[in-house]
Amino acid sequence: MEALILTIIATSIPLLLAAAGELIAEKSGVLNLGVEGMMLSGAVGALGAVLWLENPYYGIVAGALSGVLMASIFSVFTINFMTNQVATGLGLTIFATGLTGLAGAPLVGKTIPSLPKIEIFLLSDIPLIGSILFKQDFVAYLSIAIIVFISFFLKYSKSGIILRAVGDDHQSAHSVGYPVKKIRWYATCFGGMCAGIGGAYIPLVLTPHWSEGMTAGRGWIALALVVFASWIPWRIIVGALIFGGITIAQLVGQARGWPIPSQLLSMMPYIATIIALTMISGRLSKNNSVVPSSLGKPFFGNQ
Amino acid sequence: MISFIPRDKVSKNWIIIAPILSIVFTIFFGLLIFTFLGYNPLETLYQIFVSPFSRIDRISDILVKACPLIIIGTGLMLCFKSNVWNIGAEGQFIMGALLAGFVALSFPNIESKFFLLITILAGFIGGALWAFIPAILKTKLNVNEILVSLMLVYVAMLFIDFIVRGPLRDPMSFGFPLSKPYPDGALINKIPFPGIGFLGQLHYGIFFVILLIPISWIFINKTLGGFKINVLGSAPQAAKFAGFKQNSITITVLLLSGGLAGVAGVIEVSANIGQLQPEVSFGYGFTAIIVAFLGRLNPVGILFAGIIIATVKLGADNAQMTMGIPKVVTGLFEGILLFFLLTGETLQKYKIKWSEGKK
Repeated sequence: MEALILTIIATSIPLLLAAAGELIAEKSGVLNLGVEGMMLSGAVGALGAVLWLENPYYGIVAGALSGVLMASIFSVFTINFMTNQVATGLGLTIFATGLTGLAGAPLVGKTIPSLPKIEIFLLSDIPLIGSILFKQDFVAYLSIAIIVFISFFLKYSKSGIILRAVGDDHQSAHSVGYPVKKIRWYATCFGGMCAGIGGAYIPLVLTPHWSEGMTAGRGWIALALVVFASWIPWRIIVGALIFGGITIAQLVGQARGWPIPSQLLSMMPYIATIIALTMISGRLSKNNSVVPSSLGKPFFGNQ
Repeated sequence: MISFIPRDKVSKNWIIIAPILSIVFTIFFGLLIFTFLGYNPLETLYQIFVSPFSRIDRISDILVKACPLIIIGTGLMLCFKSNVWNIGAEGQFIMGALLAGFVALSFPNIESKFFLLITILAGFIGGALWAFIPAILKTKLNVNEILVSLMLVYVAMLFIDFIVRGPLRDPMSFGFPLSKPYPDGALINKIPFPGIGFLGQLHYGIFFVILLIPISWIFINKTLGGFKINVLGSAPQAAKFAGFKQNSITITVLLLSGGLAGVAGVIEVSANIGQLQPEVSFGYGFTAIIVAFLGRLNPVGILFAGIIIATVKLGADNAQMTMGIPKVVTGLFEGILLFFLLTGETLQKYKIKWSEGKK
């Protein structure tokens, strides 16, 4: 039971991180559909760095940097060259799939050491809860810290309120004198960093070797999670755990030989995503205030 | 400091120049990345862009590969023109191929080629039904069609895998996940050329493309339906005032593009494979997104774009065989190409102005 909960948490962390980053980008008005691509880059960056420097912590840094690099490409085109965000995001995922396939080819067949668990003094000795909550790896703690950080940032910090203003009405924010493009650049790169770390987590903890397209649609599920969470940070945790749970449930089902074909079980996370989107979207369309109004719209002014 | 100044009217020159410049820039940046990763750039260039033209049968293979790309791309054009983001053509392709395969395998002895009309219709229905899911969710419940159509790709891939390993598996396939072979009536033959024989894999399916291009051109440019799609995409407010029903346009373009992707699936399987297998598509549905954009959302453009992208795909296959470069590398070129094409779209509407120092 304990092992099961731990796997569910581990499975949900990449989703959680990527969705948290995308939430910030979307709050600033940027819809980046390249999450899948940024995660892939994070994964390959982490693998390369760990194989080279032989320390899993460099994998986190490399993953973050790879994600930021991809987000910068996206920003140059969508923010500076004012290209269509949907098409550019798709392009980023296609680009990153090719790039990581090329960069990952020499890494095939090599295995990396996993990220160590950090026990928090005394707390980790609490039965059950201790080993679940206080005997996790660095990224797991970091992901919770990020959720807490963005909750406070969006709600209480001045920068967070400006960021939301830019996402809700870039024209007015611009008239008041806020640098719309700069803020969107930062938000997108933060999104890239989170997606990169989320991607890095996959080889660092879940499967310690490279395979082409190893993110397997997690970036897209993360995008759906942001909608599912109605752009409220703490709900991402709930959503990510639900999807982690569904993913693990179908794996357990396959392992225990449930009388359902394995392919139909494997469909569950994707079908669940569609169902979740459907349930939430119906409610969102009645209550439109949570969706950033400028989401996906390029800002044509200068700066 | 660079700033963008709106042009008075859309630059006509740019419409032609932009795609050409994009291709040049893409090749340049692609080679830069190859050099950086330690591959010989000139040999890569030769393998990817020149080797597909080196023999006549290879040229006909380009056409064979371009066939599904052009058919799917034409459907996607309708969606993208009306700002509907169907990115699940890959899944619609698979479901079209699957439904057509089911029909074909239900009549194991049929020989008449008229039967192809029925399988193609089945493919259209299969693809359209799969696209109907995002269509109905988008119009009734405001669910994002991007995510739904994409999730359905994964579902379709798993579903065909299940069908081919389960219910439709040929008991004589020695454990391979393959269906029975299609009956003769469901196969698309290669075209014989008098005196030469067959040219590579060139098959009758390309006549569908030859028909589709003018029909879709007329539909987009000369009919009320096409007009509505154009207005909805370029001036949604105007479309609203004119009383066009946005929802019914959204459903129509999704059904048409899903149907066309399904037909592409039938043609691909009936001409090149001849039975169902777990993998039927090889990413055509995703590549066709690039084709639609490279073709400037215009049927004639898509024809050329399909041929160009098919060349790169075949070139990448060659590069994999001769140089060991993974063939997913085409994604690298496709992505960069899309970035530059989109930038070109901005430059059609804006002039770049360089100014000294900070503003």
